[in-house]
Amino acid sequence: MSALPTTGSLLLPAILLAPVVAMLMIVFLPKDEGKTIKIVAAIGTLISLVLSLYAYFAYDLVQGGMQFNLTIPWIPDLGVNLALGVDGISLPMLLLTNIIGFSSVYASWNMEKRVKEFFALLLILITGVMGTFIARDLFIFFLFYEIVVIPIYIMVIIWGSTKRVSKEYAGMKLTIYLLIGSAFLLVGMIALYLAAAKNGHPTFMFDQLALRQDLYSPAFQKVAFGLMLFGFGSLISMFPFHSWSPDGYAGAPTAVSMIHAGVLKKIGGYGLIRLGIYVLPLGAKYWAPVIAFLAICNVLYAAFIALAQKDLKYVVGYSSVSHMGYVLIALAAMNPTAMNGAVAMMFAHGVMSALIFSMIGFIYEKTHTRNIADLGGLAHQMPRLGYGLLLAGMASLGLPSTVNFISELTIFMGTIHVFPVLAMLGIFGIIFTAVYILRMIANVLFGPRRPEWDHLVDIRGPELVPMVVCVFVIFIAGIFPNILFGMINSGVYSSGLAKVLETVSQVKMGGLF
Amino acid sequence: MVDFNISTVLTPEIAIAALALILLAIGLLIPPGARKGMMPLTAFSLIGVLSYTLFDFFHGQKAFFLDGVYAHDQFAVYFKVLFLAAALLVVLSSGGYVQKLAEHRGEFYSLILTATLGMMIMAGAGELMTMYVGLELMTISFYILVAYLANDARSSEAGIKYLVLGATSSAILLYGISLIYGLTGSTQYAEIASGMGGNLTPVSFMATVFLLAGLGFKISLVPFHLWGPDIYEGAPTPVTAFLAIASKAAAFAVLIRVYLIMMNSQSFSGTGQTLLVVLAILTMILGNLIAIPQTNIKRLMAYSSIAQAGYLMVGIIAESVAGIKGVLFYAMIYVFANMGAFAVATHVSEKQGSDEIKDYAGLARRSPLAAVVMMVSLLSLAGIPPLAGFVGKFYLFSAVMDQGYTAIAYIGFVMSMVSVYYYLSVVKVMFLGEGEGLPDIPVQGAVKFTLVFTMLITLAIGIYPTPLAQMAIAAAQSLIN
Repeated sequence: MSALPTTGSLLLPAILLAPVVAMLMIVFLPKDEGKTIKIVAAIGTLISLVLSLYAYFAYDLVQGGMQFNLTIPWIPDLGVNLALGVDGISLPMLLLTNIIGFSSVYASWNMEKRVKEFFALLLILITGVMGTFIARDLFIFFLFYEIVVIPIYIMVIIWGSTKRVSKEYAGMKLTIYLLIGSAFLLVGMIALYLAAAKNGHPTFMFDQLALRQDLYSPAFQKVAFGLMLFGFGSLISMFPFHSWSPDGYAGAPTAVSMIHAGVLKKIGGYGLIRLGIYVLPLGAKYWAPVIAFLAICNVLYAAFIALAQKDLKYVVGYSSVSHMGYVLIALAAMNPTAMNGAVAMMFAHGVMSALIFSMIGFIYEKTHTRNIADLGGLAHQMPRLGYGLLLAGMASLGLPSTVNFISELTIFMGTIHVFPVLAMLGIFGIIFTAVYILRMIANVLFGPRRPEWDHLVDIRGPELVPMVVCVFVIFIAGIFPNILFGMINSGVYSSGLAKVLETVSQVKMGGLF
Repeated sequence: MVDFNISTVLTPEIAIAALALILLAIGLLIPPGARKGMMPLTAFSLIGVLSYTLFDFFHGQKAFFLDGVYAHDQFAVYFKVLFLAAALLVVLSSGGYVQKLAEHRGEFYSLILTATLGMMIMAGAGELMTMYVGLELMTISFYILVAYLANDARSSEAGIKYLVLGATSSAILLYGISLIYGLTGSTQYAEIASGMGGNLTPVSFMATVFLLAGLGFKISLVPFHLWGPDIYEGAPTPVTAFLAIASKAAAFAVLIRVYLIMMNSQSFSGTGQTLLVVLAILTMILGNLIAIPQTNIKRLMAYSSIAQAGYLMVGIIAESVAGIKGVLFYAMIYVFANMGAFAVATHVSEKQGSDEIKDYAGLARRSPLAAVVMMVSLLSLAGIPPLAGFVGKFYLFSAVMDQGYTAIAYIGFVMSMVSVYYYLSVVKVMFLGEGEGLPDIPVQGAVKFTLVFTMLITLAIGIYPTPLAQMAIAAAQSLIN
């Protein structure tokens, strides 16, 4: 443990604290100065975004492993360290969080109601999500994860919208699902911690936990992974624990939908990789067939339901449940290619869903309806919004040259030889995606001009920011995939994950089926 | 035995006793209507005693004396710090409320101090009779305090109820004590442990059950919890706060000593353990589930405090340094979290005259600070990070899982997630409702200090728990070695 922190090690705390400082400034601003509050929030998230871009490109791919490390002993009697650091798996997620965080501030630019509280909570939310991705310590990881739950609840009940279900119901459902999931996660986490502490040195550090493989018996791994699968599975909306997700997104304000669907959900997938597969590989192998089966349920079942939805947000909500199926099946395949695909898919889906939710948010803000049947021909009045929604839709169905295409391709390349039948079924899922996305776009954007929407003003000024940022990222990463995949691949190999996967693939153990 | 001076070791107790008498005299001497100064006077004296006790915890002389009748170890001093802190916060937050309710009676603060003295004696007691004296001193003070709103029928009703039920529970406790004395010929914890022998006889079983029932009443363990909600609702809010926080902690201090030292014999450990496990589980489940439909904030807090007692029991069941550390840690943060919530409740009921949750509508707009403090306190009780409650629950449940009771930890975690539901329903009312027609509630002076202070402590311990954890572990080790 070095005595003095170096400049590099202060980079991550700076990224983490920029929104916190902005939040504190907002708390002390008078509440009727909405404009100032929004600008402060935008600056706070912009600083984080710029710094995380710097971290992304300053990361040493050759050296690999955890970089920009900062370790401070925090709760010595429990062995908790305030340990921050990023590698090729967490860095894309960190960048994603900041892209979406920055966009979400602009997506809420027209917010008028209780502006001060809204942006203060939004910044706490962004900080919490970032913290989970840069923590190298399980305790700190969990701490940040649970920080986000309560602000989301408050934001949904105050600024949410009541459609099919009331926003109070949606908010409580979201909260209770995630909290019950996290109760199981906590039990699993304590069991893991106690098992790892058998050699007398309690620790929560991910890498230390992973090194103590010989302390975890296969039976223990099965149980502990099962608990974590339940916890993280509810978070990533794994079938059958997904039902909070469409209701929650539909009830939530735009910014919360963006962050929730964009990054928060990905904590589930990230946790399954970082904690599940990396620390408990035998447990993961045991549960892999189950995960793969449920993943295909996600893909097909949610896609079918999305076909029948009338509300724009429900379409996208079910679509995001469906897409998480691809991530899950890639995790279940347990090979480096599929892992690359899974992380890339989380990134790609994050940017895409942030874009689509922000566009739907603008449509709702301007037309006061999200009912597909009531909309139509919006491209006449709002061409720029039309481009945004169209491009998001194209990314969603995996059009080549978008980053989503490459991610899905990698996933299927990694899974097809492990689960041939399930992977084939999953590929069919893409067809359904195309159907419901194209149907939605056709009904909302195209068709004859409708006079009742003639008064609508196209998105402009600050409203364009989410669209420009997200579309740029989708296509840059789609056309030059190495920017993303180079990083992820280095993460999968240099973190030791690939080695774990190779070892575990040679273990002869019966799966659950 | 080391050389020491009883009067130095007992300074906090002596100071509190003297202070109680002085305040009583002052209350009689100064004319009614000029008693505004009583609150700051009490508060500053308490700050003085509290600072001394804190110093005593780290540097003071530790001793058992009078042949082990009274203990002055770090465990006892830790609890004394806790009681004094609770008393201080209650006094600070209740200035306006007390001013209003008792213009003609000056003994409120004096009674708070005698109750505190009783608790301090309970924490230090090394044998059953001393413990009983402390317990009665505390309980009798509370009988008066609960019925303090002489013109309010509900308060008087609560006072009578508490008197009748409390007297019954004392009788049961005394009966248990007499049985134990009959069996072992001693009232000292350590001697009883060796005198109980290895066999569980019907008499020793009855004795331990009676003892647990008597203490369980004070802790409001299910099934001895039924008095709680009625009395919490009827009593003046500051008294409810003190009753829910400090009297419960005092009973825990006794229970820990009794359970770990006195009942540390084979004749007890099997049945006692099972009994406590069952009671703790029942308490956690029932407390949380019955809290859900409550519409009155004080009843809600009553059921919530029953549930919290269940969590604390989990640490005792672990029977390890880690478990006791968990109990001590949690008991301390429980003071600040609960006190924050009760300070808001006291203030709101003073300004608005109502304890119904629906009358908290729009509090976030009418009094942002109070709403935020209420939210932070409730979420800390629910165990949501980064607030102190999370670390506390982590200590408790990891200790019990370490001893192999995974099922209890499951129940505890799931129930504490259930508790989020009813805590959030209060938050929802405060943030969502418009509260039309309800007054703005300004917060200032001592109340503002209490609110900000409890919130900051709850946050600070949640983010950096190490200092308190070290204190708790030192206290736990002074007991088990």
